[in-house]
Amino acid sequence: MSGIPHDHYEPGTRPERWLHERLPVLGLLYDTLMIPTPKNLNWMWIWGIVLVFCLALQIVTGIVLVMHYTPHVDLAFASIEHIMRDVNGGHMIRYFHMNGASLFFLAVYAHIFRGLYYGSYKAPREVTWIIGMLIYLLMMGAAFMGYVLPWGQMSLHGTAVITGLFGAIPGVGPMIQEWLLGASAVGQPALNRFFSLHYLLPFVIAGLVIVHVWAFHSTGNNNPTGVEVRRGSKAEAERDTVPFWPYFVIKDVFALAVILTVFMAIVGFMPNYLGHPDNYIEGNPLVTPAHIVPEWYFLPFYAILRAFTSDVWAVQVVSFITGGIIDAKFFGVLAMFGAIAVMALAPWLDTSSVRSGRYRPMFRWWFALLVIDFMVLMWVGARPAEFPYDWIALIAAAYWFSYFLIILPILGVVETPDDVPATIEDDFNAHHNARHGADSTPAE
Amino acid sequence: MIRKLAISAVAALGLSGGAALAAGGDEAHVDDFAFSFEGPFGVFDQAQLQRGLQIFTEVCSSCHGLQYLYFRNLADDGGPGYMPDQARAYAAGFEVYDPELEDFRTATPADRFPAVTSVGAPDLSLMAKARAGFHGPFGLGINQVFRGMGGPEYIASLMTGYTGETKEEAGVTLYENTAFPGGWLSMAPPLLGEDVEYADGHANDLHHEAEDIAAFLMWTAEPKMMARKQAGFLGVIFLAVLSVLLYLSNKRLWAGVKGGKSAG
Repeated sequence: MSGIPHDHYEPGTRPERWLHERLPVLGLLYDTLMIPTPKNLNWMWIWGIVLVFCLALQIVTGIVLVMHYTPHVDLAFASIEHIMRDVNGGHMIRYFHMNGASLFFLAVYAHIFRGLYYGSYKAPREVTWIIGMLIYLLMMGAAFMGYVLPWGQMSLHGTAVITGLFGAIPGVGPMIQEWLLGASAVGQPALNRFFSLHYLLPFVIAGLVIVHVWAFHSTGNNNPTGVEVRRGSKAEAERDTVPFWPYFVIKDVFALAVILTVFMAIVGFMPNYLGHPDNYIEGNPLVTPAHIVPEWYFLPFYAILRAFTSDVWAVQVVSFITGGIIDAKFFGVLAMFGAIAVMALAPWLDTSSVRSGRYRPMFRWWFALLVIDFMVLMWVGARPAEFPYDWIALIAAAYWFSYFLIILPILGVVETPDDVPATIEDDFNAHHNARHGADSTPAE
Repeated sequence: MIRKLAISAVAALGLSGGAALAAGGDEAHVDDFAFSFEGPFGVFDQAQLQRGLQIFTEVCSSCHGLQYLYFRNLADDGGPGYMPDQARAYAAGFEVYDPELEDFRTATPADRFPAVTSVGAPDLSLMAKARAGFHGPFGLGINQVFRGMGGPEYIASLMTGYTGETKEEAGVTLYENTAFPGGWLSMAPPLLGEDVEYADGHANDLHHEAEDIAAFLMWTAEPKMMARKQAGFLGVIFLAVLSVLLYLSNKRLWAGVKGGKSAG
């Protein structure tokens, strides 16, 4: 499948042969599980499995929650309390689902930044990257709509703010907002359609995950060196790789178990830590919370949205040029979606011939700054929009765009990369050199 | 009518004020009370929950409701530990409206506590989770890790935080309170100390009463807390052991590939 030479499935028994001739499903499973995987993958390559687990967890807990939930503005909040109090194990299932969303985003951010550092987005893996970005967008949609369902204060007023973003589109905005909500304000039509879509999107995501996996199984995995697996012969390929099963399955499941231990502690001992107390107040359209703050995983992009106020000269210039069509609010909306768009365009913005950040001395610093920038944006997104937070947000937002639009293209030209190992095997042996050498000496 | 509107307006202000605190922008002062149910191993103090129930019954319930709580919950595991008969007897002290009879009747354990009975008085079922006492520093959420979200602490601080100052606004008397965001609320001091006589002889000064009602409201907000912590504890132990086993499996599995001699 991956273009890396390896053994293929051979039906051994009569029933296997019978099935294989009719539907080669066992062959598909075998080739997927036994795919040759670079043996030097480090611990940042575990997040894919964590993400698959999260998707499964959210779907399974979600299906059970739906059995007890009522999507009605007068009953939704009470039905959540019914789940928390009267459904057997309901409080655990709901807390798993609530905190599962947070684990999902933690994992996806780790996964994305892994890709950004090791150049996993570069040719020939651009399609994997783009599909990943689509999955991320759908995840944000699913999470946002899921947060509406408990119909607490933050659900209701957060929805009003976020759908209001579409209302900022010049001319057709208010129409689009009304079309999204099914009414002029957040109410029963919005709750019903968000419930429907919240149930639908995870299955769309699951479909895209299959395409995502298919894409990188076609190109082969990236790895910390960014050097491709040798494909000249099976013997050569086997010196760079090990089969996914059992080597990476066991490694990934071990990492998953460690992460779930921490997750279980949070669910068991502080399940509301990542939530907002306001969402334990039933939604009331007449009372607006003083501070409407999105969930933590939206904060970096929420910060970018808020950063571009009408005081910013760039906003004023754009507003002047467009004759006021793009005002500060719409500029902020464009910036928020643009922040994700520039990330999706990384494969074409990065001009470096070296794939892995490990061998790019200047890139490494700029990348570290990007990670810090992301954290700062996340922090400032929950702070009030006043001095000095407005300035911090603006600088951090500017860096986010600069990294992708200016630094990545320029670095590829001005940077002198370090020496890249010739093969994955070299890199692997360099890391396990001491033991390897000690072992091989007596044999000689 | 105007008075009613004014009261609801003030109540709405109070609610949004609480929201301000929840989202992390206020200077209100919340003391860190030491509750028995704090931390991974903390458990509700049954006697304290019973005392809190007594305060709710004799004081709070004249205005506030507990609409998400059933009388039968009083006999649930991890709660005040009433016997089913006691819960039945307690329920019999309440009248509930029965839509089928189109009339009021004596409550049974299968009924809920009555909802809000006074205009502007919020339901208390979830209050301990709908308020946060602790924040920061600088919105980093570190305090909440070590001290908890501070819902019950907020309630206890609100009970003890009245300064005795009052003022009139739009015909409504407001009371100054150091725990309340904004400093002034429309609820008169509900507890003054020695408001109830405890059967178990526990101290009934204001501080102890405040602790008891806050603990009780934490239970009404999170009645499955004990079960949750137990499940969490078992889960953590199970997953930690599983992690160790998987670590050893992984090490041994890879020893061959890494060329180590621990492969045997």
